[in-house]
Amino acid sequence: MARVIVDVMLKPEILDPQGQAIARALPRLGFSGVSAVRQGKRFEVELDGPADEAALAEVRKMAETLLANTVIEDYSVRVEG
Amino acid sequence: MSAARVGVVTFPGTLDDQDAARAVRLVGAQAVPLWHADHDLKGVDAVFLPGGFSYGDYLRCGAISRFAPLMDELVPAAKAGLPVLGTCNGFQILCEAHLLPGALTRNASLHYICRDQKLRIEQTATPWTNAFAPGQEIVLPIKHGEGRYVADADTLAELEANGQVVVRYLGNPNGSLNDIAGIRNAAGNVVGLMPHPEHAVEELVGAPSTDGLGFFTSILKNLVDA
Repeated sequence: MARVIVDVMLKPEILDPQGQAIARALPRLGFSGVSAVRQGKRFEVELDGPADEAALAEVRKMAETLLANTVIEDYSVRVEG
Repeated sequence: MSAARVGVVTFPGTLDDQDAARAVRLVGAQAVPLWHADHDLKGVDAVFLPGGFSYGDYLRCGAISRFAPLMDELVPAAKAGLPVLGTCNGFQILCEAHLLPGALTRNASLHYICRDQKLRIEQTATPWTNAFAPGQEIVLPIKHGEGRYVADADTLAELEANGQVVVRYLGNPNGSLNDIAGIRNAAGNVVGLMPHPEHAVEELVGAPSTDGLGFFTSILKNLVDA
């Protein structure tokens, strides 16, 4: 059993109005010193078996096919633990 | 002569299929209901992908619908030249299925927008817009939260150079790059737009115009002439 984390973020050049709204809200809440916020998605993928290279290749394929829209998003895959 | 047959797709969460079917019938074509879970295009001459919130917009708008059984049939048919029009969620599905370039993202204002929108028809060389005059200004309803068209700089330049921008906003409501409201694929048979022609075909229901009819008379003319 292993847990693999897939982080999906909008590509840097794509405007993220949600992140901007959060960044604008922070000073109002008393948090200072934040220059920018970008919002993304985190997927926790539980595997039946170990997170070996074959399993990670499969997760990368999942990310490419469904979890991320690679036209506008980048993704990264890592094993938790 | 048998009537032209236009398929109207229903996914779980589709909202505008009945309006689309009604608009198809209004111009004298036959509306053929297509079900997302069937591997069957029923031999239709063209396909309309209506708006709504297919599969609840889970993950991303159109991301799940793209893998519906019907799409296994529609994608190769569209690549082979079948005329396909996607409006709103239909446009999002066409982008997720990579039948059209780019993607639709959250409106820059973060607000859901529901209003009558002025538009300009930029490209009439498609099976869905040939009844319009080039540069014709029309008004159609828009209603979406994720309609901001984005694509990388190279794709945008290519769209502009190849005349693939079909409809542009006059007064950009959502932050779409280059004011893009609708595009076509390189071959021209697949068109997607965020505004709703199917909601602007009859004055009786309070539509801002009947400008949407042009999309339906276009496809009918295209099929009859073919």
